[in-house]
Amino acid sequence: MTETREGLDAPTVPKLFVNEHTASDESNTVIDVNKLDVHYGTFCAVRGVSMKIKENRVTAFIGPSGCGKSTVLRCFNRMNDLIPGARVTGEINFFGQDLYAAEVDPTEMRSRVGMVFQKPNPFPKSIYDNVAFGLKVNGYTGNYPDAVERSLKRAALWGEVKDRLKENALQLSGGQQQRLCIARALAPEPEVLLMDEPASALDPISTLAIEQLINDLCKDVSIIIVTHNMQQAARVSHETAFFMVNDDRAGYLVEFDDTSKIFTNPNDERTEAYITGRFS
Amino acid sequence: MLRSEFHADLQKLQDDLMNLGSMVEKATIKAIDALKTRDLVLSQKIIEEDDVIDDIRYEIEARCEDLIAKQQPLATDLRLIIAIMHIVGELERIGDYAEGVAKISLAMGDEAPLKPLIDIPRMAQKASLMTRQSLDALVQRDVDLAITVAESDDEVDALYDQIFRELVTFMIEDPRTIQRATYLLWVAHDLERIADRATNIAERVVYLVTGELSKLKEIFP
Repeated sequence: MTETREGLDAPTVPKLFVNEHTASDESNTVIDVNKLDVHYGTFCAVRGVSMKIKENRVTAFIGPSGCGKSTVLRCFNRMNDLIPGARVTGEINFFGQDLYAAEVDPTEMRSRVGMVFQKPNPFPKSIYDNVAFGLKVNGYTGNYPDAVERSLKRAALWGEVKDRLKENALQLSGGQQQRLCIARALAPEPEVLLMDEPASALDPISTLAIEQLINDLCKDVSIIIVTHNMQQAARVSHETAFFMVNDDRAGYLVEFDDTSKIFTNPNDERTEAYITGRFS
Repeated sequence: MLRSEFHADLQKLQDDLMNLGSMVEKATIKAIDALKTRDLVLSQKIIEEDDVIDDIRYEIEARCEDLIAKQQPLATDLRLIIAIMHIVGELERIGDYAEGVAKISLAMGDEAPLKPLIDIPRMAQKASLMTRQSLDALVQRDVDLAITVAESDDEVDALYDQIFRELVTFMIEDPRTIQRATYLLWVAHDLERIADRATNIAERVVYLVTGELSKLKEIFP
């Protein structure tokens, strides 16, 4: 027999914080941020950020310097834990699990949420060892050569380095080094890849290679990219979050929406002013 | 180029579009005046001046392309440039219709119009007003005015239907009038198309302001 709610009061819905900045896509949420504040000592760097990062999508963070976009990104794999005096409040759930819960092992968690930085930072070791390092840290017990090859292929670097895996990684070009760092981050097969200005130190051709890679990788990795290059955000991302900085220098989220919407017809006039260069 | 220069260029582009609008509006009115007064010299001048309108159209389009390539405009800036690229084409076509009326006037030669021109000048006034209002709506970013333009198109269509019936009646009653009636029918058709083009401009204004592309006549039938 079908149960009916007729005559009953409406079911009680838990009164959750209503996120005004939800991107319109209906895919699964990977990272759910709720009222995030970040302090460095007494200084509030980020205030009141709430957003849902979608699975297998590319999410771009844009905004002026000091708006907190990198700080928010670094919260997603607890990089801020490493900074003395940093304090994170609010909630960040990773597939529904509290990232900042006491039982979460940050090292294990970082293998699931990889990170790539602005400046390529390979270790002064061989190309092979650089990729294998990401696996060793996490106690990988499988076939290393296979895993290294797989990661280098995913990072679109294999063809260029397969015959020189024992060479020092520092001999690679800047663009190749960055793809090596991506391969290293991909080795533990993370669900999320955080990229902080991954192409800003690269020439246009290497930049396009990274952008192509982002496009290919997002089929099975959720990517969040911080970029100062708005055209890059427009090219590579599905959703874009625009951050700004308050008079008290605290960063906050202004608008989070489909990238097409943000770059053609944003809802918020502050976004409009920023992306059209009328921001003062 | 600095961003401030880019925005100054964008403003200049819009100003030049307005000047072009003023040119085609005048061409429409003058073409009908020349038809009415049988001023063949003026008709010839309108045909020649259309070349200038065409040149300005391509110049504005080239400047839009240049700004897109060099400035990567976004949001309102992007929509304004896209709107200008469409509107400049609509204006150029309005100029062609005015030229079309002038050519009909020349084809008529010394022959007097079939009937006194009353409704056709009224149609021309309305179509020109729509052109001007659609461009005013652009400058003022005025969606309500753009909607008014779309609504006015029905009045022009109604006048066209009326003229059509009247001229067909002439032709049925006296087949010797067919050529002269057809000339006037072509003129009325050109004017009807000018009003349609003005409506297209109004739709682009709504797009510029709201970001929504839509047929105004479907929203406000």
